[in-house]
Amino acid sequence: MAGARYIAEPESEVDAVALDGLTLLFHTPSGMTHIVAAPAPEILDALRGGPADAAELIRRLRLRFDFEGNESEAAIHARLDELEAAGLVRRA
Amino acid sequence: MRHQLALQIGPVGFRVGSAWRAPLDALAALYADYPKPADGLCDFTVRLEPERPWRRFIRPSVAIRGDYILPDAAPLSLAHGLLAAEMGMNLQMALEQKHYLLLHAATVEKDGRALVMTGESGAGKSTLAALLGERGWRLMGDEFALLDMESGMLLPFPRAISLKNGAIAVMEAEVDPSRFGPRLDGTPKGAIRHMRPNASAIGRMGEGAMPALILFPRFGQAASVRGVGQAEVFIRLTQASTNYVALGRRGFDALTRLVRSIPALAIDYPDTDTAVGLIDDFRRELAA
Repeated sequence: MAGARYIAEPESEVDAVALDGLTLLFHTPSGMTHIVAAPAPEILDALRGGPADAAELIRRLRLRFDFEGNESEAAIHARLDELEAAGLVRRA
Repeated sequence: MRHQLALQIGPVGFRVGSAWRAPLDALAALYADYPKPADGLCDFTVRLEPERPWRRFIRPSVAIRGDYILPDAAPLSLAHGLLAAEMGMNLQMALEQKHYLLLHAATVEKDGRALVMTGESGAGKSTLAALLGERGWRLMGDEFALLDMESGMLLPFPRAISLKNGAIAVMEAEVDPSRFGPRLDGTPKGAIRHMRPNASAIGRMGEGAMPALILFPRFGQAASVRGVGQAEVFIRLTQASTNYVALGRRGFDALTRLVRSIPALAIDYPDTDTAVGLIDDFRRELAA
């Protein structure tokens, strides 16, 4: 059974600036600045390829990054929840 | 208002009105050499009014008013009216300034390079800026750094320096007595004495400088210097800014540009002479 599907705020609404290992995201609609670490920027980037549920998101990320077992998948779920709470990702 | 005074400080014109004469006389003496706003137009208005109409005569107590009001700004006794005027000017700047990204920081300049010092209250940035301003640097401001969001330049805002407690004696030993305001004891921040910046700081208040170094000084520790990563600098500067959130994307762009363009150091120092020595070393390294 497919889980909830997510989409990311479009790139035009989120300014990203990398600063020594962290990424600053300025979200224009809310006026809020978020400071995030990997894999949050990578998740946003992967979701910009179209709506995806967590399994599809992980599949897209696996194409570009090495994953280590299930722990990484748990981390993706946790980051997805945080990005949703921050308003940077929403349910499709 | 019964009594009024207009002052130009850097790019900002202030009008201060007061129900009493004494605080404005003290303010006029402290800012004796400052120009008036060129076109008579003021950016901010500060009003010192009695808490209640009848309190102008009976145990007078000053409430600070302006276009923006902090509901819990404590009324001060009339003896501290000068402090009320200074606090009122800070308050209007902090809440209403939209032209510049405002950082709660002291700024000094030498050879066209500006040094921005920020840190918690009591870190000693005001004292360091005051001292550097008498030792070959130009004081640009001890309270607010004004970052022009288009050019990335820092503009001077050389208000009277608010010296507190131990810093008062340090500067009294350094500077002509005619440049000091009255000593105010028993204020919410302890003893305060205001000091007028020197003629160079006032004469060049229209002249900005590009930032070259961000410093996070901390007083009371053995001397040490460490680099600060850009992400930490960004976070600290958003905390030090009074209007970052209000400026939206312009503030984000300006602040990220600043943080990426210049180095930042945290310094601990046991006494002000050590700090001045360290800072002069940094300046020579930047110039090399």
